[in-house]
Amino acid sequence: MRRTFAWMVLAALLAASLAAGFLPGASYSNQHRELTNASPSFRFPLGTDDLGRDRLVRLLYATRISLLLAAAAALGALILAVIAGGAAGYLGGWFDRAMVRGIDLMLSLPWLFLLIAARALLPLNASPETSLVVTYFLLALLGWAAPARVVRAGVRSFRASDFVLQARAEGCRESRVLLRHILPNLRPVLAAQFWTSIPVFILAEANLGFLGLSASEPFPTWGNLLRELQSPLMVRPEAFAPVAAVALAVLCFKMVSPWGGSQV
Amino acid sequence: MTLAGMLVRIARQLRAVGITVLAGGLLTAALVRMSPGFDADERLLDARLDSRSQAAVRAEHSANGNVVRFYTQHLRGMLHGNLGVSPSLRRPIAELIVARLPVTAELIAIGVVGGWGLALALALPAVLCRRRIASRIAGTVSTCMLCLPPAAMAVLVFSWGGPVRGIVALVLFPRLFDYLRNLLEDAYALPHIVTARAKGLPPARILLRHVLPACAPQFLALAGISVSMAFGAAIPVETLCGLPGIGQLAWKAAVARDLPVLVSLTMMITVVTQLCNAMSDGSSRGATA
Repeated sequence: MRRTFAWMVLAALLAASLAAGFLPGASYSNQHRELTNASPSFRFPLGTDDLGRDRLVRLLYATRISLLLAAAAALGALILAVIAGGAAGYLGGWFDRAMVRGIDLMLSLPWLFLLIAARALLPLNASPETSLVVTYFLLALLGWAAPARVVRAGVRSFRASDFVLQARAEGCRESRVLLRHILPNLRPVLAAQFWTSIPVFILAEANLGFLGLSASEPFPTWGNLLRELQSPLMVRPEAFAPVAAVALAVLCFKMVSPWGGSQV
Repeated sequence: MTLAGMLVRIARQLRAVGITVLAGGLLTAALVRMSPGFDADERLLDARLDSRSQAAVRAEHSANGNVVRFYTQHLRGMLHGNLGVSPSLRRPIAELIVARLPVTAELIAIGVVGGWGLALALALPAVLCRRRIASRIAGTVSTCMLCLPPAAMAVLVFSWGGPVRGIVALVLFPRLFDYLRNLLEDAYALPHIVTARAKGLPPARILLRHVLPACAPQFLALAGISVSMAFGAAIPVETLCGLPGIGQLAWKAAVARDLPVLVSLTMMITVVTQLCNAMSDGSSRGATA
């Protein structure tokens, strides 16, 4: 019941964000110079920001970007985790030991520190599109360690199982054993990792945005929109809409995740 | 375990920490060097600089161009207690770190103690209370806090005049709550603890004499991870609340592309987190034995 409700809310969020493009005159970069910092009205339900941009439209576009790219980053991290964790678990030996040490290193360092170190080193003249892609690419690149540990453990346990022994005895190639017999059995684990990673990436992007290290303007992401809270305007309730959107999405992903999102 | 065996284990742990620290430093140096914006410098956008000044700024970066050479020199300097000078802040890195360390240490200490206190204060009633409502309320509070970005929490508490130094505790406690609740639930289901409760022993005595010793190994392991989590939370808190700590220095260094500061900080953070993990690992093994 709870999961169904969470799915419905996520679907509604995604549908609303996709519908943003169909609103008349809706653009995340349109500036109404005569209506800067406007209060909520029928025309602008969440008011406008200090450049006169419609907050609701920007929130909807930000929802689209953050939801879709966080999912893409989670998928990217999962692919890296399967490659690294799968190879370590299957090959064993020195490669496994080196990989475990690398995973430990990645997990022991504060993730936000690594992210800001890597994200801040973009060229100064990076286009908004580049900064957006690089932000989520970095999330994927640095977020592989936790799923890789789970994948490695799964591969190791299956490697010693009877059906793998039988497959080997029948002359299956090692690559076939890994791809056709072991990895499909890890599907539930991979699915759980995927759904758990999305809220982690959403929160990470929000933190980066707050620090001014997410996608460049005028692209709206949840992190970028949250920066508005640092201005004196934050006392206005409508400025909290992005916080509510992030919290709602993370909560729903936590409810959807088979593990309850304890890694968030 | 004999003394010799213990020393061998400590030596192995230290060797593993040393290798990880060196690898972490090299990884950061390589990451920074290979980033596309490594050569970029805000000063190059200053229209007042002539071509010679611009060349001088570029030369500063080219000195760090060979990552292996830079890293070797940096390590050599570190062995002599010299971490180098920050190109962006124009001050010795060791001085910057020493000046900022107390702020971060205080923030992390308050965060870890407060986070554990809050998590235990919620987890214990959730486990002990027979009605499910207590567990549900505690779970809901924790989940709501977990869904807020730490940076948003920092700005909200700061803007409302709340205790800025307690923000890390607020960020940490929901991340600890689930683990603590599960550990306590498992401990209270142990046969000897069920018997102790059935015999009517005072709850405080059960907690202190039976439950906490049973959970000690896992608690110690979790304590080590909490330090790393607290530092992660301290970065946005220090940056957004204007606290001059290591987290704020890391952010400034990252924005200014300050390679020497970033490498020094990475190595320092790796040492601290690896030592905390090794200590908690060793303590938890000792408690289990």
